[in-house]
Amino acid sequence: MNMLSKFLQTSRIKSPWVLHFDCGSCNGCDIETLAVLTPVYDVERFGIINVGNPKHADVFLVTGTVNHRNKKVLKNLYDQMPQPRAVIAIGACGLSGGVFRDAPNVVGGVDKVIPVDVYVPGCPPKPEAIIDGVVKALELFAAKS
Amino acid sequence: MTSAQVFLALIAALFLAPLAVGVLTGVDRRITARMQSRLGPPILQPFYDIGKLLGKEPMLANHWLAFCSFLYLAGAVTSVVLFFLQADLLLIFFVQAVGSVFLVIGALTVPSPYSQIGAHRELLQIIAYEPLLILVIVGIFLATGSFKIEAVYAMEQPLLFKLPLLFLVLGIALTIKLRKSPFDISASHHAHQEIVRGVYTEYSGPYLAIVEIAHWFEIVLILCLLSLFWSTGVVGLVLLLGITYFVEILVDNTTSRMTWRWMLGTAWITGITFSLINLLWLYYG
Repeated sequence: MNMLSKFLQTSRIKSPWVLHFDCGSCNGCDIETLAVLTPVYDVERFGIINVGNPKHADVFLVTGTVNHRNKKVLKNLYDQMPQPRAVIAIGACGLSGGVFRDAPNVVGGVDKVIPVDVYVPGCPPKPEAIIDGVVKALELFAAKS
Repeated sequence: MTSAQVFLALIAALFLAPLAVGVLTGVDRRITARMQSRLGPPILQPFYDIGKLLGKEPMLANHWLAFCSFLYLAGAVTSVVLFFLQADLLLIFFVQAVGSVFLVIGALTVPSPYSQIGAHRELLQIIAYEPLLILVIVGIFLATGSFKIEAVYAMEQPLLFKLPLLFLVLGIALTIKLRKSPFDISASHHAHQEIVRGVYTEYSGPYLAIVEIAHWFEIVLILCLLSLFWSTGVVGLVLLLGITYFVEILVDNTTSRMTWRWMLGTAWITGITFSLINLLWLYYG
């Protein structure tokens, strides 16, 4: 039994499938996020796969400011992800709303709507920083279980 | 078969064969990554994926999904067990067909458009390869005079020399079943965000793991069918399977996905023509 739970724990860390949601970003952060999946960085060597389906995802990458229109979509996607899950906010806008934080239609950072586990700052953050963020989130997985 | 042989066959069918296919899938992902000038995941990655999925919270849109995933697994496992017990090829074929239809039924029970379109694409794949499998089994019957697997093992010459074209036809069915390009109409191993993964949309967590394990059993069955073509020696059998699988990976990485119309046309026209030539040659030759 102990060996089985150990295997489940290892596989949780070794196979994070990510869901990427553009929450009204300027696409700068999205380009950097998708660059991580190219042969140059090849995150599949860590078992990371970019799935387009919240029901299959373990890690939720959110870029961009949250506004009153898309906060429902964000909450809906988060609710469809089965436990255990982690949320990573990417870029200045995802962290706090960035330069748009005072705009009347902007709610603010991602953590105003859903709980965020890891914050990756930058405008946009480097792909290396995003990989670091995912690794941090995986450490949280290990601590959680 | 004696009871000890039956026991060994059950162990091989239920544990060894799917584990071997799990490792094979890992090697496949690694070779594919190298062909795309990437490093690729660890060899044991498929097992990590399954382990993680089994540990996730079960979340279902309705209970039919759980029911259908279990029946899909049951159909796949039963067909593999029947093969290892050297049962009737026709029976194995129909049990396998029942299993794969339940995957589609599960996807159709949910009104999500992704799931519905995915289910239809999976059905089209099943329509494309089922006649080919039947033709291969008919060819084996004409060559050996029996639908029993024992009759194949009683042959002195490998079946490959009698049924070379039917081996190619089985290769087409294998490409469809392995979900490889150009036939990855539903559920490719590469396009995780596209509609081609539609049939898996609503299966999540442990149920997706069950569907994946059932898929391993289906691959076991098709590889077993391939192995019948070289039943006289282990070395030749392993070589034949290895070369065939490597060619599958090569084809997967050098072709692009086509439309389902093209798949139906190509699979049926080339498959049925090749089978007919081979069967006529066998019948009159």
